[in-house]
Amino acid sequence: MCDTGPLVTDIQRYSIHDGEGIRTTVFFKGCPLSCKWCHNPETQKFGGEILFYEERCQGCGACVRCCPEGAIQMDGDFLSAGRLPVSIPGKCRVCGQCAEECIYNARELCGKFRTVEELVQKLARDNPFYETSGGGVTLSGGEVMVQDMVYVEVLLKTLRRKGISVCVDTCGEAPWENFRRVLPYVDTFLYDLKMMDSRKHEQYTGRGNGRILQNLQMLSEQKAKIWLRLPLIGGVNDSEGDLAQLEQFLAENEIHFQRINILPYHNTGSGKYGRLGQKYEGQNFQVPNQQCLKEWCLRLGKFGTVFIGG
Amino acid sequence: MEERGMNERIRRLRKQSTETQAHIDMERARYFTEAYRRYEGEVSIPELRALSLKHYFANKTICIEDGELIVGEKGSGPQAAPTFPDLCCHTVDDLKIMNERDLINFKVQEEDYIFQEEIIPYWEKRSIRHKILMHMTPEWKRAYGAGIFTEFMEQRGPGHTVGSENIYTRGFLDHKRDIKKRLDRLDYFNDPEAMNKEAELKGMDIACDAILLLASRYAELAECMAAQCGDAVRKTELLQIAENCRVVPAQRPRTYWQAIQMYWFVHLGVTTELNPWDAYSPGRLDQHLISFYRKDREEGILDEEQARELLECLWVKFNNQPAPPKVGITLKESSTYTDFANINTGGITPEGEDGVNEVSYLILECMDEMKLLQPSSNVQISRKTPQAFLKKACEISRKGWGQPAFYNTEAIIQELLNAGKTIEDARKGGTSGCVETGAFGNEAYILTGYFNIPKILELTLFNGYDHMTGQQLGPETGYGYEMESYEALWEAFCKQIRYFLDIKIRGSLVIEKIYAQEMPVPFLSVLTNDCIDRGMDYNAGGARYNTSYLQGVGIGTITDCLAAIKYNVYDHGKFSMMELMEAMKADFVGYDRIWHLVADKSPKYGNDDDYADTIMREVFGFYQRSVTGRRNNRGGTYRINMLPTTCHVYFGDVMMASANGRHAHKPVSEGISPEKGADVNGPTGVIRSCAKMDHLSTGGTLLNQKFSPSLVAGEQGLNQMANLVKSYFNMDGHHIQFNVIDRETLILAQQNPDEYRDLIVRVAGYSDHFRNLSKALQDEIIGRTEHQAF
Repeated sequence: MCDTGPLVTDIQRYSIHDGEGIRTTVFFKGCPLSCKWCHNPETQKFGGEILFYEERCQGCGACVRCCPEGAIQMDGDFLSAGRLPVSIPGKCRVCGQCAEECIYNARELCGKFRTVEELVQKLARDNPFYETSGGGVTLSGGEVMVQDMVYVEVLLKTLRRKGISVCVDTCGEAPWENFRRVLPYVDTFLYDLKMMDSRKHEQYTGRGNGRILQNLQMLSEQKAKIWLRLPLIGGVNDSEGDLAQLEQFLAENEIHFQRINILPYHNTGSGKYGRLGQKYEGQNFQVPNQQCLKEWCLRLGKFGTVFIGG
Repeated sequence: MEERGMNERIRRLRKQSTETQAHIDMERARYFTEAYRRYEGEVSIPELRALSLKHYFANKTICIEDGELIVGEKGSGPQAAPTFPDLCCHTVDDLKIMNERDLINFKVQEEDYIFQEEIIPYWEKRSIRHKILMHMTPEWKRAYGAGIFTEFMEQRGPGHTVGSENIYTRGFLDHKRDIKKRLDRLDYFNDPEAMNKEAELKGMDIACDAILLLASRYAELAECMAAQCGDAVRKTELLQIAENCRVVPAQRPRTYWQAIQMYWFVHLGVTTELNPWDAYSPGRLDQHLISFYRKDREEGILDEEQARELLECLWVKFNNQPAPPKVGITLKESSTYTDFANINTGGITPEGEDGVNEVSYLILECMDEMKLLQPSSNVQISRKTPQAFLKKACEISRKGWGQPAFYNTEAIIQELLNAGKTIEDARKGGTSGCVETGAFGNEAYILTGYFNIPKILELTLFNGYDHMTGQQLGPETGYGYEMESYEALWEAFCKQIRYFLDIKIRGSLVIEKIYAQEMPVPFLSVLTNDCIDRGMDYNAGGARYNTSYLQGVGIGTITDCLAAIKYNVYDHGKFSMMELMEAMKADFVGYDRIWHLVADKSPKYGNDDDYADTIMREVFGFYQRSVTGRRNNRGGTYRINMLPTTCHVYFGDVMMASANGRHAHKPVSEGISPEKGADVNGPTGVIRSCAKMDHLSTGGTLLNQKFSPSLVAGEQGLNQMANLVKSYFNMDGHHIQFNVIDRETLILAQQNPDEYRDLIVRVAGYSDHFRNLSKALQDEIIGRTEHQAF
């Protein structure tokens, strides 16, 4: 049931840090990268998933009884306390019936398909706020630029026709052709830059950064409006070397942008990994220290306005 | 405790104001009793009231505190609370409770008890409260006792109200001339009311004398103190105070300083004559003061610092007056010292231009510096308001203590026009009390009581029977489990609402009549336009406009209850009505599944979910239509507000568990805010839901938004907060206020009240010290959904 088009994990209203004004951010499911510090791990995989909130589960077994595929079973003894439902690998078809039935909201269907019409109707609800604040919609993820581009293009066109401004929040790891298609409809690209060293990039995100840097150069040449977003992770990409390489790249390629947002690492997403049955590998990542943030602000300030956060 | 104030003088006065214990002051009771004993039966009732006021002002203790620039107290000093035995004669036990209760207590001296015992025999049958209770029907008493509604005028005078520009343009000698002219025009041959009018006008004339007498006593005292004062600077100040008191209130004020002193004398007169529920407010203070400010600046007799200092002196004066002590149900519905003085800043001028001026900014600075509960300050935001003013207001508001609140000028004007006011009177109007709309200086808009809408559904489900008091209160409209459809349930619910509204309004009409006949307010009538001309009292319909407001409470709770029933019982058959009713009776103990279904898996108001919001509109619409337009006894009509003060806590306390999963005795939702914790889609979801209500058909609605500090941090947070306000107002929202304090701080403050003595939070249309709130109300505020940064 989930293969009809892009899946959405969340629609977040009153987003005030994803572009100008008051915005509604749509999170699409699926990303070509898998950054180890990702705070939205539920958006990495393309297909639908069932999230399991163990702390909410009362062990009532309603999910086991209602699953049409027989894909859930109780672990432990039938009558023992603390028994929990576990999914049998390969059997679940992600129909969401268990989430529907669970009165404790311990199971949640993550990733729902919505037609463009349905989605636009929902996004247009906050139009009065967009109009007052100069805000609009931000397409984020996961990665929107690798979704079904026919769908994305229609979505963008429809929003534009309604006079709603659209930002695209992207990691840049997508074919240029996709960027070219959306270029006329996108107000601002919120463009993530993780690090300049491609090997290190691959080590932490699963892919090198060649195409990412190339796309950024092309967007810059096309005079697209760009906000650079730099996730700064203590012990990973906050060294003097990282900063110097970034400065060099921006200078040499004459990348033009409206502003830079430095996004200091936070571990608020770490709890989500358990719900996906995954382990968080970012325990050793650190929040960058104040001195480091100051230094980055100062040095990058030569290229344009720098904000911390948002 | 934090010391605030722009200079040493203000810091000292503010400290005295905030650290003095509120206490009972028997002088008003003493002199009113003396006057009544002397004049009752000899003169008409309006004259009796005015003579009593005059006798009190002639004899009360007066003082000028060290450093004060604005003089006058209601009682004998700061935090003295006069009593009103003429309204509500407290028993000795009442006084003991006031003295001993943990919250909102008033210290009572030994001699106060003795004195009270002496006057009880005189007042117990004369007091208005006694007369009201004598005239109420058994149905009214049962419903009142069960918490279906409250009655504002049971121990407080009708009000609140707000002054107009008259205060600043005319002196009381001018008023006396007007009264004289009107007396001369009385036509005994053709006007059957001539005798009553004469009595009323004579009362008004005496009331003018009362305030003139008080002012001259202050002038003498200031002169006397100046003569003995060794400090040359203070001596000059005292002589200026004396001069001010010789000019105002007899004549119109000539300077900015006198204008403020003039207001303060008027405030004392109005709130001493009666306690008009309970507040009197200067209204559009920035617009009233601006001409004085500009003139004095031009003449070089005032600088910005002095202008602000005088405002800060006025703020201290307001804060010196605790609300008159309340008892019983009235204490529960309005559990606060706050006297509900409310200053409107900004908005537009009577000509329709942007009303923000230099004094508007001074008022914002003063409010920010003083951080006092009283006066409550708000900003009116119109389409013409400069963004700089809105942002400045947001900057203060995001500090977290609830002031200023934001009001929509265009909505206020539309509401007033809908209620039949002229465009000019509408533009001069604003809000007072919590959020109530009024035509300042031209209208008696009187609050009659809160109406417990969710409780009526509880009664409806049980065939009109109240399980909490064990009585049949409503008509027998059938049991919930007998209702075959949602429409049948709705029909029964409407019948019950109509039934209780009739009881409430019938009672109100009688009470209005009692006040009109027995408790006129000649002093307030002098100041309210058209009363002199009509020769009629403010309480009897003398004002140009006469509205009675009935406050609906619990729209969030009732919406979620009906939505949960419709969704689970009638649409999806998740459980039966019988099961739900059993679960409610058991407070959901043993009904875990039902509780989770109604609490977690049903549509909720506050999320921009049309399923729930449509129900909200139906409930609101029915309530609004059932009240609006009904005639009152003062030549006007009834209208509604949607606000609770602290009544949502009391109304929840008298209820069993409700169909949305709210547990027994827990507060119902406040204002038009969603049920606690029900809104999960962020502030725009809340605002969209709230905007589906027809605000313009009300006389005010109240929306509380709690933000975590991170969501309003930085320039971006501030800009979007301002944009949120503007968007809501574009959608015709009436009012919004913000609490920006994180949950952890509130929990710490609950555990260590002494360390957080200064912590002020927004309650409902007013702010209060967190430590002065009951545990239930503290929990309620902690539980209000806090929108987090995304």
